[in-house]
Amino acid sequence: MATLPPFQELLDEHGHDVLGFLVASVGPDDAEDCFQETFIAALRGYPKLKHADNLRSWLLTIAHRKAIDHHRAGSRRALPSGAAEEVGGNRGAEDRALESAGEGEEVWQLVSVLPPKQRSAVVLRFATDMAYSQIGEMLDTSEEAARRNVHEGLKKLRGELA
Amino acid sequence: MSDSKNRALEEALKGAGTNHAGVLERLSNELLARAEDEGLVDVAYASVDSPYGQLLVAATGRGVVKLSLPNYTADHALEQIAAGVSPRILESPKRLDPVRRELDSYFEGKLERFSAKVDWTLAHGFADRVLHVVAGIPYGQTLSYGEVAGEAGNPRAFRAAGTACGVNPVPLIVPCHRVVQAGGKPGNYGGGPEMKLALLEMEGALRY
Repeated sequence: MATLPPFQELLDEHGHDVLGFLVASVGPDDAEDCFQETFIAALRGYPKLKHADNLRSWLLTIAHRKAIDHHRAGSRRALPSGAAEEVGGNRGAEDRALESAGEGEEVWQLVSVLPPKQRSAVVLRFATDMAYSQIGEMLDTSEEAARRNVHEGLKKLRGELA
Repeated sequence: MSDSKNRALEEALKGAGTNHAGVLERLSNELLARAEDEGLVDVAYASVDSPYGQLLVAATGRGVVKLSLPNYTADHALEQIAAGVSPRILESPKRLDPVRRELDSYFEGKLERFSAKVDWTLAHGFADRVLHVVAGIPYGQTLSYGEVAGEAGNPRAFRAAGTACGVNPVPLIVPCHRVVQAGGKPGNYGGGPEMKLALLEMEGALRY
């Protein structure tokens, strides 16, 4: 039987990364709800977890799912006002975010235009400093695909596609 | 598209993941409250100051399941709880407040009987029987290891009775310090022989 560490240890050691990932994915306000959803879900499932390997990835996988749920709910809400306009509007947001680079205030508005896998890949790579192999595992793709997702995501963010 | 813009983008992404220490503390408190509400905290624990050093006290819904004396590390106690009770353990000082108050009073010599319930999950077999006997020894009185073994159903098992006291998951509340050697010497204690002596002295249980 696997011996799982006390849950408090997960919160102490990985709470910071989970919050960082969520802030970069959905913005500082909604990150708070997603953070609670993530850890409540983790707490529910914890006793049934089969092994204690890489609990950080396990938590970030849950956070990734909560962020996707959140974006889905958000785009449903945004539909009536027209999604196309939003993409255009975000080009301005990109420039503002880049001007305040380092503060990280508006990065999430930037990455919100990316498709879910690219968004999570980019955020995992830079906000939580995760290796490509782990990003691949988390997103259910190969390491190569994870690398490509990050690359394509960055390219899109830089505005070279669009 | 310049390299500097590239760098700025990466820095912004990295920056989003930092600078929220205060937020994290608030979120952790909110999480704890919600987890408690939803019944997801199987074991709550807190550090408690004592005249002998810091204790760790942990409780389930049924009672105090573990009390760790200053000689032991908190990590060791928490691992034991995770393996033997449940890994759903969170630090929740509020839930331990009643026990903390009782321990404070006990150390001040003002409390002779704990009303805190004991959760016996971490006590097994003969040790469990021995410790139930120990739980009944009144304040200020002592029994020998042999006497405790006898009451637990095996008078010759005085060594096993000593072992049982050594693995007592809830010392102080289950007062294994009141079990002494047949000759009257205090004998060993998980918190150290000096602590045992001091507790017996405080309780007025030492007769020369």
